Amino acid sequence: MANYNLESSEGRVEALRRMLLIRAFDEEAGDRFADGEIPGFVHLYIGEEAVGVGTCAALDPDDYIASTHRGHGHCIAKGLDPKYMMAELYGKAEGYCNGKGGSMHIADVDAGMLGANGIVGAGPPLATGAALSIDYDDRDQIAVSFLGDGAVAQGQVHEAMNLAATWDLPVVFVVENNQYGEGTPVEDQHNVDNLSDTAQAYDIPGLTVDGMDVTAVAEAVDEARSRARNGNGPTLVEAETYRYRGHYEGDEEPYRDEAEIERWKDRDPIDSFTERLIDRDELTEAEFEELQTEVEAKIQDAVDYAQDATPPEPHEAYDDMFGEIPPEIERFATAARTDGGTPGGDR
Amino acid sequence: MTAQVERELETETEELTVREAIRQALREELERDEDVFLIGEDIGEFGGVLEVTGDLYEEFGDERIKDTPISEAGFTGAATGAAATGTRPVVELMFSDFSGVAMEQIMNQMAKMRYMFGGKAEMPVTVRTTEGGGMGAASQHSGTVHTWMAHFPGLKAVAPGTAAAAKGLTKAAIRSNDPVFVFENKMIYEQTGQVPTDEDYTAPIGEAAIEREGDDVTVVATQRLVGESLQTAESIADEFGLEVEVIDPRSLYPLDTETIVESVRKTGRLIVADESPLSYGTHAEIVARVQEEAFFSLDAPIQRVGTPDTHMPFSPPLENEVLPDGDDVRAAIERIS
Ligand SMILES: Cc1ncc(C[n+]2csc(CCOP(=O)(O)OP(=O)(O)O)c2C)c(N)n1
Ligand SMILES: [Mg+2]
Repeated sequence: MANYNLESSEGRVEALRRMLLIRAFDEEAGDRFADGEIPGFVHLYIGEEAVGVGTCAALDPDDYIASTHRGHGHCIAKGLDPKYMMAELYGKAEGYCNGKGGSMHIADVDAGMLGANGIVGAGPPLATGAALSIDYDDRDQIAVSFLGDGAVAQGQVHEAMNLAATWDLPVVFVVENNQYGEGTPVEDQHNVDNLSDTAQAYDIPGLTVDGMDVTAVAEAVDEARSRARNGNGPTLVEAETYRYRGHYEGDEEPYRDEAEIERWKDRDPIDSFTERLIDRDELTEAEFEELQTEVEAKIQDAVDYAQDATPPEPHEAYDDMFGEIPPEIERFATAARTDGGTPGGDR
Repeated sequence: MTAQVERELETETEELTVREAIRQALREELERDEDVFLIGEDIGEFGGVLEVTGDLYEEFGDERIKDTPISEAGFTGAATGAAATGTRPVVELMFSDFSGVAMEQIMNQMAKMRYMFGGKAEMPVTVRTTEGGGMGAASQHSGTVHTWMAHFPGLKAVAPGTAAAAKGLTKAAIRSNDPVFVFENKMIYEQTGQVPTDEDYTAPIGEAAIEREGDDVTVVATQRLVGESLQTAESIADEFGLEVEVIDPRSLYPLDTETIVESVRKTGRLIVADESPLSYGTHAEIVARVQEEAFFSLDAPIQRVGTPDTHMPFSPPLENEVLPDGDDVRAAIERIS
C-alpha cells in the first residue's frame, strides 16, 4: 500500500511530517525568492498541504501524479527529495531537471511525478494518458491529476474527463478548490454550486471533501483509487482549501482581506491534525517539537545544498531537446562546448 | 524506380499506392512492437476518413486501433501522457487544419516535456495528419501547416512525396523516441511507386532522397510537388535538353542540408517547391541554409513555388489559381535558365 498509509499510527505521523516539510519548504522558498536567490515565478502551497498529502497517502509509490504550477507540495507528498527540488528552484545542474525546469516544471517521471505544469488545465489529459498506458499494459497502477478550481473552466480538462469516463480509465481528478484562480473568486468563474457537480456530465462519482482535513482527503482518494483499480473508471474529488500566501510571491492581494485569511487559518490543516494526534496519544508535544526541528534541519540542508550546487554549463542548454539530437542543434552545442561562440556558414 | 531508392536498398520492391504504403508501415510496426497503438477519430471500423487505416481494425482490434471522441486536445494530450509512461502511441489528426485545437498539448507538453524535465522523459509519439488542397475541401480541410511543426523546437516533421518515403518515414517515426509529425498529402494517396518489401526498411529522419539526377537545375520539392516536378523535369529535358535534379527532402526537421547544398554546388540553380504559404516558411528556411553554405556557387536567384499566402478557396478555378503545381515549377525553371 501507500508509503504512509493513514490507517496506521506511523503513517499518520509520517503524513504530519510531510505536511510540515511542505510548509517549511515553501516558507523557505518564499524567503529565498524575496532575497532574489530564486529566479522566475514561485506559487506556494502553504495552507493546502492536506490535499497533496492526503491524496498521496492513498497512493502506491508507483502510481502517477500530474501536478500544477503550485506543485511543490505534490512533489514532497509524492516523496521527492527537497534537496534536488530546491536545487531545481535555484536553477542548478543537480536539480531534478538539471536546472531546465524550475518551480513550474519540476518533475521526476521515474518516481511517478509527471511534472508541475505552467499551463492551467494541461495535467488532466496527461494523467488520462498515463492511465491509458496503465490500462493498455494491464498494470496495477492509477494516475491522479491535481488541478485548481480555475482549471475546471478549461476545455481540455473536460475533454480529459470525458475520455477517462468513456474508457473507464484508472484516473482520479483532484480539484484543489482554494477559492481563487489568481485574483478571481471561484463563484465568478463557475455556474455550479460545487465544482464536483461537473462530474455529473460524465456520469462519474463527484464529491466535495474538506481539504483542510488530511484524513478526509485520504479517505476519498482511497475509495476513488479502489474504484479505478477495479476497472470502474475515474472519480472527481473536490477538496475545499485555501492558500494563505498570494497567488505568486509578490501578489498584492487586492481581492481579499485579512479577516478572510484568518478564518481559514483557524482551520489550519497542520495544527488541527497535530492536535488530533496529540489528543489520541499518538504523538507527544516533545515528539512534535522533535519533528519540527528535524524538518527545519532538512530544509536548511536543502538550501545549503542548492546554494552550493553547480550552475549548469552554457552548452547544457542544447541537451535534452530530443532523444536523437539533430545537426541543427548539435552545431550550437559543439560551438558552445569549444569556444562558446556561435556557428556560422562555413564559407 | 528512383535512383535513390535503388541505391538505398538493393532489395525487393513492390508497387503500392501511398495509402497502401502507409497502412503497410502501420501494420508492420503494430506487429513488430506491442507498445504501438493507433489513436484517433473514426480510424477503427470506419477505416479513417481518407481510408488510411482501412482494415487494420479487423486485424488488431479496438485496443490497438483506438477510436476516440472528437477531442483533439484531449486525445493528443492523452497520447503525450501515454508516451511518457511506457507506450508508443500513433495519433491520427483527421485534417492538419484541426491541429490548432490540439496545439496546446503539442507545443507546451509534447514538444517541451523532455527538455523541461532535463531529459528525464521519453516522448515516443507519432502524429499522422493530412494536408493540402486539390479536392475542393475548402479552407478548413485543405491547409498545409507543416511549417508550424517544423519550426517549433522539440518536434520533428516529415512529409513524404513518394510511396517509398511514405512507408519508410512512417516506420521511422514510430520507432523514434522523439515526437514526429508525419504530414501526408491527401492528393497523393492514390499515387503509386515501388516500395521495399523488407520489414526493416525505414527512411531515416533527416535524410533527403535524390529522385532524379541532373546537372543544370536543382528542384527541392515536397509531397505532391515531387511527382509533379519529376514530370516537369522530363518534359524540360525533352524540350530544352536541360537536366533537372529533383530532391525530396522527405524530412523537414531535421533537414538534410548537405544533400541539397551538394546539389546546388553542382547546378548553381535552385527552385524550392512546397505547398505551404510562401511567406516566412519552409521555402525560406531552405533558401537561408543554401545561401549560408553555398552562396558563391549560385548562378541565378533562388526561386520559390508555393501557395501565395491565401487560404484554399472552394471553387475549382480559384483553387487551381493558388495551388502550386508542375507548371509553376516549369515557369520558375524558365525564369532562371
Ligand atoms: C492556459 C493558461 N492560462 C492562464 C495562465 C495564467 N495563470 C497561472 S495560474 C492561474 C490561476 C489558476 O487558478 P487555479 O487553477 O485555481 O489554481 P491556483 O493558482 O489557485 O492553485 C492563471 C490564470 C496559465 N498559466 N495558463
Ligand atoms: Mg485556485
